[in-house]
Amino acid sequence: MTPFDQVTGVAAPMMAPNVDTDVIMPKMFLKGVDRSGLGEGAFNLLRFSGGKPNPDFVLNQDGYRDACFLVVGPNFGCGSSREHAVWGLQQLGIRALIGTSFAGIFNDNCANNGLLTIALEAGVVVGLAAVVADRSRNDVTIDLTAQTIQFDRGRRAIVFDIEPARKEAFLTGRDFIASTLVFADDIRAFEARHRTENPWIV
Amino acid sequence: MAARTLYDKLVDAHVVRNLDDRGLVLLYVDRTVLNEYTSPQAFAGLRAAGRKVWNPKAALMVVDHVNPTSARRTRAMPDGAAARQVDYFAENARDFGIEYFDILDPRQGIEHVVAPEQGLVMPGMVIAAGDSHSTAYGAFGALGYGIGTSDIEHYLATSTVRYRRLKTMRVQLTGRTPLGLTSKDIVMEVIRRIGADGAAGYAVEFSGPIVSDMSVESRIVMSIMIVEAGARGVVIAPDQKVLDYLEGRPRSPKGEMWERAARSWLALASDPDARFDREVTLDVSEAAPLVTWGTSPDQAIAVTDSVPDPVGGPDRKAAATRALSYMGLTPGTPIQSIPIDFAFIGSCTNSRIEDLRDAAAIFRGRSVAAGVRAIVVPGSTQVRAQAEAEGLAKVFIDAGVEWRQSGCSMCLAMNDDVLRPGERCASSTNRNFEGRQGPGARTHLMSPAMVAAAAVTGRITDVRSMLGGLRQ
Repeated sequence: MTPFDQVTGVAAPMMAPNVDTDVIMPKMFLKGVDRSGLGEGAFNLLRFSGGKPNPDFVLNQDGYRDACFLVVGPNFGCGSSREHAVWGLQQLGIRALIGTSFAGIFNDNCANNGLLTIALEAGVVVGLAAVVADRSRNDVTIDLTAQTIQFDRGRRAIVFDIEPARKEAFLTGRDFIASTLVFADDIRAFEARHRTENPWIV
Repeated sequence: MAARTLYDKLVDAHVVRNLDDRGLVLLYVDRTVLNEYTSPQAFAGLRAAGRKVWNPKAALMVVDHVNPTSARRTRAMPDGAAARQVDYFAENARDFGIEYFDILDPRQGIEHVVAPEQGLVMPGMVIAAGDSHSTAYGAFGALGYGIGTSDIEHYLATSTVRYRRLKTMRVQLTGRTPLGLTSKDIVMEVIRRIGADGAAGYAVEFSGPIVSDMSVESRIVMSIMIVEAGARGVVIAPDQKVLDYLEGRPRSPKGEMWERAARSWLALASDPDARFDREVTLDVSEAAPLVTWGTSPDQAIAVTDSVPDPVGGPDRKAAATRALSYMGLTPGTPIQSIPIDFAFIGSCTNSRIEDLRDAAAIFRGRSVAAGVRAIVVPGSTQVRAQAEAEGLAKVFIDAGVEWRQSGCSMCLAMNDDVLRPGERCASSTNRNFEGRQGPGARTHLMSPAMVAAAAVTGRITDVRSMLGGLRQ
């Protein structure tokens, strides 16, 4: 995955609660065997209507077309386990999501692909969304090393928490499978004991 | 040792090693089930890195999402993209040595119906699979949960996942179950109370006398649907009913091994003084059958109520207003006055034999209303065969219901079972999201018996007015 250190860009507000993965990546884009074409799929039914860009959708509006961050409502990414949703957001250019809570599978999928999710108190998210709703103040810088979000033309900053293991993975763009296979002997030893204790599991 | 919850015990028994001091562990996973749409990129990743599957015997591959449900289906997929997915799926099964049920296999069906049916799900296991409804396996005293494609690849390569320990929530169900109330209504009531993110970050344990009285299949319904409150894992302590369900299944242990396993399984429970991070108690005595009016599973009301006014903070109110607009509904409308175009009974939530018996009890001697199209899609080819043997299929057909082959079908409409824009569906599924059953389609979630009642009257209906022979 692409390492994430310091990224600056436009943040778009998308504050509806419970934005589900059916909305983020509609089903008609799920029939591939690879990851291609998912940028077109992301928010497709919201972005387009009758084949034309829907002017009501924030990412089609002046000042937000090149957004690389979304400021989102609670429980973002709920619903189906479809990693296509994360791949699609990335292909749309989204590098980080800032919100109050992210649904479990979706959040793990983001972490596994280098899409940073930052969870903050609801009031802080609402405040940030209000600032970036002003097109003249929608630039944001996320500095992962410092764990800060600078906004409002650099005048204000939010400090965020991230688990150390997750932070390191984002900074290094680590391959988790390779990291785990370092412990192959541990897995084999566990497996042998587990099967002795539960011989009906085959 | 301090008192532990069943969830804690299952996790503790599967920790290969700790990865940090905040509860991140390398967790051994006993089993997975793979479907054709969330697995391709995982196998592609293995191929690209030249990796093998750590334990091919621990996986099962089942086609369920894209396959047609038409009566005379063949192995050929009418849709080219679906055909490529299924071909690649079969190729992966062959190349990596994993057991595979194709769509004509008599054991085929929805993964969460097939895995228990085959005896692949056993108490005490950890089962992670690439579908959010993998929490189904909690009904057996296994820890079941859904993972994404990257984690599928990680699991296939290592038999483990990187796993963060969850907080625990106990949902105790007490009282007496009123006639006509199913486990679907009960779990919808729980979701309505705690909200669509009310169990986010938690593993949920269902307990209490109502759960003990429930059939295993009813427990599966709750274990699957509580995902719609954000639950990331589900457990229910196994009991004799679970043993009765599992005994004699193709992959269940036999003879002396069965006796040994059964003793071990019955010992699996939360310690009496175990503490949960959150407790929710629901007395079901006064509960009524529920129906969703909106586009989130927590937007539900009793079937006797009317469509509510949007409430909540500005963003929630805006979401509810948008939901009403999408659903074409006006606040104050009695939910029972709303006509439907389509009735769908199926999905991993409600497509098992007991669900079909519930629906058939309502359809028996009645007919689908004029202008309504109703389909029943059994959860597996075995459920289909059993329903035919019990005469349920004949009841459906006599009532004017289409009797289909098994699959996920119109739950997420990845195959050719898709609603048209504006069509309104009474649905036994568990997601009513915008576009879920087709772009512009309108979904009302409810129990299978409630779907059958709506199909018969042509509008959303209180099934209690047409009862006869419903299971508790």
